[in-house]
Amino acid sequence: MASITRTGPMKLPSERSKRGPLAVLRRHPTAILGGSILLAMVCVAVFAPFLGTVDPQKVSPIFRLRPPSERFWFGTDLLGRDIYSRVLYGTRVSLTVGIGVAILATAVGLLIGLVTGFIRLADNILMRFMDGLMSVPPVLLAIALMALTRASLENVILAIAVAEIPRVTRLVRGLVLSLREQPMVEAAIASGSGLPSILFRHILPNTIAPLLVQGTYICASAMITEAILSFIGAGTPPNIPSWGNIVADGRSVFQVKPYIIVFPGIFLSLTVLAVNLVGDGLRDALDPRLARRI
Amino acid sequence: MFAYVIRRTIATVPVVAIVAVFVFSLLYVTPGDPAAVIAGDLATAEDIARIRARLGLDEPFLVRFAQWAWAAIGGDLGVSIFTNQPVTRMIQQRIEPTLMLSVCTLVVTVVLAVPMGVIAAWKAGTWIDRAIMAFAVLGFSVPVFVLAYLLILGFSIELEWLPVQGYTPLSAGIGPFLRSMTLPALALGIVYMALIARITRASMLEVMAQDYIRTAEAKGLFQDKVLLGHALKNAAVPIVTVIGIGIALLISGVVVTETVFAIPGLGRLTVDAILRRDYPIIQGVVLLFSFTYVVVNLLIDLSYTLLDPRIRY
Repeated sequence: MASITRTGPMKLPSERSKRGPLAVLRRHPTAILGGSILLAMVCVAVFAPFLGTVDPQKVSPIFRLRPPSERFWFGTDLLGRDIYSRVLYGTRVSLTVGIGVAILATAVGLLIGLVTGFIRLADNILMRFMDGLMSVPPVLLAIALMALTRASLENVILAIAVAEIPRVTRLVRGLVLSLREQPMVEAAIASGSGLPSILFRHILPNTIAPLLVQGTYICASAMITEAILSFIGAGTPPNIPSWGNIVADGRSVFQVKPYIIVFPGIFLSLTVLAVNLVGDGLRDALDPRLARRI
Repeated sequence: MFAYVIRRTIATVPVVAIVAVFVFSLLYVTPGDPAAVIAGDLATAEDIARIRARLGLDEPFLVRFAQWAWAAIGGDLGVSIFTNQPVTRMIQQRIEPTLMLSVCTLVVTVVLAVPMGVIAAWKAGTWIDRAIMAFAVLGFSVPVFVLAYLLILGFSIELEWLPVQGYTPLSAGIGPFLRSMTLPALALGIVYMALIARITRASMLEVMAQDYIRTAEAKGLFQDKVLLGHALKNAAVPIVTVIGIGIALLISGVVVTETVFAIPGLGRLTVDAILRRDYPIIQGVVLLFSFTYVVVNLLIDLSYTLLDPRIRY
């Protein structure tokens, strides 16, 4: 490797002591920023009932479409519901969907990827199927699935995860195929290790770092997809306040009451940004080779 | 070369076939009676029976799939449950705005994003590079509808430069057409721009570390010649590949952008179909979009030989 990599136009610290995940994190203040925002959002989600919110579903027609004020920090919507409360409770939906999809998609993708990486026959069949799935744009696939099921949070997570699984599968399969040829695996086979031991001791540990990075990006894109699905009316059911739902509710009056859309929009963008920054930080910390290139 | 083109084209057939099987069988793998699901909560037994007959649910699965697939190859995607019109005709009526929006977005994106990536790589490590990369991270993070509303608020409502919503066809004049396309294309293109700018920068940096770039510089060539003539030319393959893959982002975004800007295209058709659970339309649109995506990426694969003469088949 050393003979190929030459110092390019980028200036990078060359001392070995500056390697290691923690040192990289220190060199990436943006990752810390992202982590802090994310932590704040998790706190908002957990402590939503104690942050000066009222029942986010409570309809009060007398207070319809109030602009932001001391009483209604983010104003009220068409039905007189408090947008501040709705946005804060919406954090729960977004984080649940993001984390849920990330875990589900990486777990299933890992499983299928391991199988396809080791069994030729399964590889041929499953990868053709994955190629097909991958040629359907993810949001469209989720829309098609949601059109057929009853709107619920579980179904949203399931629909978005199905769209993300092929990408994880492909990543894991590629990793397994290259790891299989490594000397350490050859040595393990030569010393008489069985398949389970090779899988758990040599293959799995080496897939964790790339999967963690991929999982973070999946989390970010799942939050956007959830908001898109809710926005077009095919996502989280209307009785659960999600950021996409709040924006969808404000759509008809947005020219005169833009705040209904602006507040959930800011929260959504900020959270996705935070997750993306954490993902970039993780990628740089866990894969120094890639970090040098990008 | 010719043999490769044939082989590569034939290889897309199973992919499209799998999409077709998938889109078709979705209706049957979901729990419950698909006719009842499509009819919704307010349906009468009569409605459900009508939908059953329309979808041919009483026949065996394989027979139905064969009939549907055969008709689809011939361009017949079935009949809409809600309007009773052929799906193919409804798609034809809506395809123009979507096509125009996609082409405009593609042009704006490539014209802006590739130079951004080149400049970022050229000025790597400086504040220009950081600003462009910050823009890229933001582009990945702001959802298309949020950006769309912000653009409308800024440029249409505050500044009153551009129309708030609506679509003006090209036949009404190029000026009004471009005015109605500006904001939708920008909103739709931003994620795509972020992606292309990032990849352009990364592959430029990789190429610029090569020996022949140093040789070109040592020869005393002007920097722009080295950048564009040597580096960009050699970085073109990954950039073009990502432009193709990014079409998926474009298609996903179209559905939302058309809703925000009230553009009567395929995206609107899809959203209306979801709200009415008009599954034949959803099937048709998903199939069409996936087919487009596969064909675009096929063409891009085949274009590699033009971009890089070293690639031969």
